[in-house]
Amino acid sequence: MIAIQVLVAGAAEGEVLVLDEPLSFWGGVHESSGVIIDTHHPQHGAALAGKVVVMPAGRGSSSSSSVLAEVIRGGVAPAAILLGETDPIMALGAMVGEALYARTVPVVVLDRDQYARVGGWQYARLAVGDDGMQLTEGPRASHH
Amino acid sequence: MDGGTNGGPGASFPPVTTLAHRLLARYAAITGATRLIPITRAHIDGCLYHGPASLDFARTMAESGAQVTVPTTLNVGAIDLLHPKLFRGKPEIVAAGREMMRHYSAMGCRQTWTCAPYQLVERPALGEQIAWAESNAIVFANSVLGARTERYGDFIDLCAAITGTVPEVGLHTDEGRLGRVLVEIRGVRDATMRRDTFFATLGHLLGKLVGSAIPVVDGVEQAREDDLKALGAAAASSGAVAMFHMVGVTPEAPTLAAAFGGRAPGRTIRIGPRELAAAAAELTSTKETALGAVSIGTPHFSYDEFTRLRTLLAGRTIASRLEFFVSTGRDILARIDDEGWGAELRACGVQVVTDTCTYLTPILTGRPGAVMTNSAKWAWYAPNNLGYQVAFGSLEECVESAVRGAVWRDESQWDVAPGDQAGGRSNQGATS
Repeated sequence: MIAIQVLVAGAAEGEVLVLDEPLSFWGGVHESSGVIIDTHHPQHGAALAGKVVVMPAGRGSSSSSSVLAEVIRGGVAPAAILLGETDPIMALGAMVGEALYARTVPVVVLDRDQYARVGGWQYARLAVGDDGMQLTEGPRASHH
Repeated sequence: MDGGTNGGPGASFPPVTTLAHRLLARYAAITGATRLIPITRAHIDGCLYHGPASLDFARTMAESGAQVTVPTTLNVGAIDLLHPKLFRGKPEIVAAGREMMRHYSAMGCRQTWTCAPYQLVERPALGEQIAWAESNAIVFANSVLGARTERYGDFIDLCAAITGTVPEVGLHTDEGRLGRVLVEIRGVRDATMRRDTFFATLGHLLGKLVGSAIPVVDGVEQAREDDLKALGAAAASSGAVAMFHMVGVTPEAPTLAAAFGGRAPGRTIRIGPRELAAAAAELTSTKETALGAVSIGTPHFSYDEFTRLRTLLAGRTIASRLEFFVSTGRDILARIDDEGWGAELRACGVQVVTDTCTYLTPILTGRPGAVMTNSAKWAWYAPNNLGYQVAFGSLEECVESAVRGAVWRDESQWDVAPGDQAGGRSNQGATS
C-alpha cells in the first residue's frame, strides 16, 4: 500500500497504462475517443478510457485542461491519472470535469520509488481513507 | 453537480461564483502558495471553443451571474465576428463559438478578441500583478512590460478574473523572475539583427534550448516591441518560455548581473548565424516554391507592422493565384481604417482577419501551394492544426513573394559578421 500526494481526490481502479513520455492532452488526445493521437508519442494509438494512466508529466498547452474535461464529459477519460510531478493543468481539467459532470478522475503525484513500483503493476486501485489516499495493486474487483 | 449550476434567481444554491473561488483555492494549494494576492487585470484565453465541455463551463459560470471583478480582456475566439463569412468550418462550430463569446461578454469581459492585449491602449505597467492567459501575451507581459503573471490558461483565467486573486508563486515573485540560462548571441551581423526573422528564429531556438526556464539574451543591442513580440511568441510555442530577459533592452535586465540577481547562470548557450540559419530552415516544412497563401499577424499585427506592410507593398497588387491574410485585433483595425489604410490594403488584395487567427480556425481556402508566414508560431502550429505546408520568411520575403506569386528568398540574411571567427560555432548545445 502506498500513501500518495493528492491533487484531486477520489476512488478508482483499472488496468495500468504506463506512458513512457510526457503527454500533452491538447493535440495529443482525441477528444471524443480518448485515444492518444500524438504520432510522436511512444504510446500512440493507446486508449486512455478506464485506465489508470501512469505518466511522467503533462506537457505544454494549458488547453490540455479543456481536453481532459472534454474526455470526462464524453465518458472516455482515464479512471485515474498518476503523475511523476505536480501538474496544475491536469488537476484543473479533472476539477472542472468533476464540477460540471459529477464524475471524478483522481489525479495524484507519485515519488520516484512509487512511480517505479506502480509501473510494474497490471492493475491498480485508489482508495480514499481517513488519512489520505492509498494506492494498491489489483486484483480486479470482479474476481470476487 | 457543483453548487449552483442551475442556480437562477431565487434558487437556494450558493452562487456559482463560489465555484470560481473554490477552483482557485484548490489550484493555489497545488501550486504550493501560502497566500493569494490581488490582481489589477486579467486576460482570458478560455473564450476559444474547445468542445462542449468548454461551452458547458462558460454557460455554467455566466448563467449563475458570475462577473469579473477586475478589468478583463478577451483573447481570440473561433470566428471573426466582424467578417464571419471568412470562416470555412462547420456551422455548428460557428454557433458554439458565438455562444462561448457571448457568455464571456456577459460576465463583464471587454470584447477585445485579440491575442495581443499589450497592443491595446491601456496595458499593464512595470511591477503590476496580473493574470494573463495565452502564451505569447504572458511572455510579452513579463518580459517587455515587466508586469507579473504566471502561465494561466483555460478555466483558471476566468476564476482569477472573478475572484481578483492569484496564488503568490513563480513569476509573481522577485525570485521567480530571475534569469537561469545565459544565451550569448555572437557573430551575427548588425543588419541581420535588425530583421524580423532574426527575432522569430531566435525565439524558436530559445524555446527548444531552454524549455520552461528564463533565458537571458546577451548581445542584442536593440529591438522593437514587435521584434520582442515575435521572439516571445516563438519561444512560447517551441518551448514553454513565460519570460525572457534581453540585457540592455527589457526593463528588468539593465545589466547582466541584474537579470541573474547577482548569481551565476546555471548554463550558458552560444548562438551564431549557423544555428539561426538551421532553425529558420526547420520552420520551413516544404521545398515547394508555388505559393497558395501568405498569412501574417500571428500574434496579431500591430499598428507599426501595418505601416511596414504598406511601405513594403508600396501599392503593388498581390498575385491573383494566392490569398494574403493579416490577422489583427479589432482595435488596431479601427485605427488603420481611420487612416484609410484598410481600404488601400484591401484594394491591393490584402484580407484583414480580426477576432481570431488563421492558425486556429479554417479561413484559408486551401489554394494549391505552400503558405508563407513571418511568424515562427504560425509555422510551428499550422502544419499540425490545419495541415498546411509552410515557408517561413521575413515580412519583406512574404510581401515580395506575394507580389511575385512564388516563394522569393533573400539569401543574404544569415551571413556571418565579417571578421568574426567565433560566429556560427556553438560551444554548448546550440548545434543543430
